[in-house]
Amino acid sequence: MAAFCVAASELLHNMKQISGFYPKASCVIRRIRTTNPRCDSQIQPRAKSTPQQLVGVVGLEIHAQINSSTKLFSGSSVRFSAPPNSLVSFFDASLPGTLPVLNRRCVEAAVMTGLALNCNINRKSLFDRKHYFYADLPAGYQITQQRQPVAVDGTLTYSLLEGKKRSQVIRKNVHIKQIQLEQDSGKSLHDDVHSQTLIDLNRAGVGLMELVMEPDMSCGEEAAAAVRELQLILQALGTCQGNMSEGQLRVDANVSVHRPGEPLGVRTEVKNINSVRYLARAIDYEIQRQIGILQRGGTVQNETRAYDSKSGFMPEPNLPPLIVYEDNASLPAGIDACQAVVVQKIKEGLPELPSIKRDRLVQTYGILPEHSFTLVNEDGLVEYFEAVLMATKKEPRKVIGWVTNELLGHLKQQDLSVSQSPISPPALAELLELQETGHISSSVAKQVFQKMWRSPGKTAAQITQEHDLGLVSDTAQLHSICQKVVDSHPDEVHAIRNGNKKVLNKLMGLVQKETKGRADPVLVRKILQEKTS
Amino acid sequence: MSALSLAALRTSCGVPPKIIRSTSRLLSNDGHTITNVEKTFHRRSCCVQTYILSVTRLYSSQPHNPKVPKMPTWEPVPEDQLPQPAQIPADLVDKLERLALVDFRTKQGLECLEKAIRFADQLHVVDTSGIEPMDSVLEDRALYLRDDAVKEGDCAEELLQLSEKTAEEYFVAPPGNIPLPKREERAAMLKHSEF
Repeated sequence: MAAFCVAASELLHNMKQISGFYPKASCVIRRIRTTNPRCDSQIQPRAKSTPQQLVGVVGLEIHAQINSSTKLFSGSSVRFSAPPNSLVSFFDASLPGTLPVLNRRCVEAAVMTGLALNCNINRKSLFDRKHYFYADLPAGYQITQQRQPVAVDGTLTYSLLEGKKRSQVIRKNVHIKQIQLEQDSGKSLHDDVHSQTLIDLNRAGVGLMELVMEPDMSCGEEAAAAVRELQLILQALGTCQGNMSEGQLRVDANVSVHRPGEPLGVRTEVKNINSVRYLARAIDYEIQRQIGILQRGGTVQNETRAYDSKSGFMPEPNLPPLIVYEDNASLPAGIDACQAVVVQKIKEGLPELPSIKRDRLVQTYGILPEHSFTLVNEDGLVEYFEAVLMATKKEPRKVIGWVTNELLGHLKQQDLSVSQSPISPPALAELLELQETGHISSSVAKQVFQKMWRSPGKTAAQITQEHDLGLVSDTAQLHSICQKVVDSHPDEVHAIRNGNKKVLNKLMGLVQKETKGRADPVLVRKILQEKTS
Repeated sequence: MSALSLAALRTSCGVPPKIIRSTSRLLSNDGHTITNVEKTFHRRSCCVQTYILSVTRLYSSQPHNPKVPKMPTWEPVPEDQLPQPAQIPADLVDKLERLALVDFRTKQGLECLEKAIRFADQLHVVDTSGIEPMDSVLEDRALYLRDDAVKEGDCAEELLQLSEKTAEEYFVAPPGNIPLPKREERAAMLKHSEF
């Protein structure tokens, strides 16, 4: 009974926050995230007496633009920005008499992606036409692979950092239903001045890989982590540049809520998302919105577009089935090498995937999995880390903290990328060397880092010199300071002599204050211990 | 009599009467043909609206290809072997009109649709159990894969000339998808319109 009250009041609390929610108030969103019960919370021990809470169910449909020089079915160029309608062939404009000619690179990209995601590659796949009317689809249909796509039944494994210090790495899986090749549509721009729609067909016909995922996720954070991992995989493979803001990776989320064990609720779609962070927020907002509606006794409305109804499909009559071969042995006699896509060859040519890279970093450098996760997650950070290691004798385990905390922290604060860092790897290495060789203490090192950040170009040595932050290791000077402290605090000395060793720390603190933190702590402790014994 | 019927049929097919007289003269020379045509007519009379004339092609410079049979070698499937005639509910007509953007709600349009479905129903007589559907006669050919090299494009001017309305270098889209109103609303709309 008590548990029920707690759960109910928590929901009410959430709702009160939501009722004042406006999409632009980002601070409110953060509050929702922290008060949300953890989305992977297991069954509470008191579940028997409490009605189960509504949980979110999230499925993703991802369209990844294939990184190729030409389009899927025509020889026109693929580029992000170009004069309108300059990258359009007769086929892309769907002039009568033109026929599709499949691009081998796109097939290889789809097979590579399928292999990286543990899919079964269909030896034979078919092309279909999906008919619908829209101004940016000149042919009136899109060539896709609904019935028998090139790859099916895969898994995307992603990791979440959880726990108070985000130090626990939790692995999760999403089931991938299929990966299919399809055409992109053109772009429509709305000219409000003249109340008309302008069409640019540069993007029409570009190859896309549609990845259909099962609704295995339950909140925005999971979806964002899954998309991030997919981005890293696609970028490592080179099959897609994965830039969400340029539309190279488009994610649509299908969100519904239900009580565990009950049938799934009504789905709504969350679209037009151009960053991974916004994806998490938008999904969480939608989940909260739906929970709110259901709690108030309403029903969730689903506005599907007219062409979503499952009709308008027919086989593509102009394309025979696409055959990919298992290995060189199964190739038919006399076939031209450039006419054959061989799965074995592609498998052997796969580059190092992010998960393998993370494990390798842990093995090679002895760093913790969560550090490895952070390194791989940030563009260019692995290279930075390795460059620092090359220039210093310090152990990787001691360097990693500087890279993932100090450096990354400062970068994030100012929204900079690793390549924009004011402190270069050699400069950081120099700072660490200074600390390692005892010229500065660790607390001073952090101060020097900050100063280096604000005045790029100045080396650690220069700054240490200028601000006189070097460690005082002149034993005579230290002795005299320690003696002074000991002499002026007879009670503390007495306490130490009687066995209370902790008071020594207070004396050390006093010495550090005298030396403005520049005393070598190890040396100070030794001297004080001598003097108080 | 046969010549006259021939004339009537021919007219309805749009051939001017002058040619028919010459046809009948030709036909009378070849008694065999007339008889066959008569027979065809009798057979056909019990079937509706099949204007098949298997006579020699007029004004053709090539002789009749022996591989093409002079008479049809098939018969329409008898009614009792066909499944029930399809009932087309009004909602389905609505949906089809919406998908195809074709107006066929008239009595003639619906009749045409029903006949088309009936014609296709003849396929049900064929036993297809255990056979994979064929979706292309190209299925035994190899799909040609092309190299990823830029060979086309850069013809914006040429393409824009094809469009009625352009704005700078963009195509201007025709007025957007105005969804057809629902059946009930339509009746109200038509009442007030001039159609």
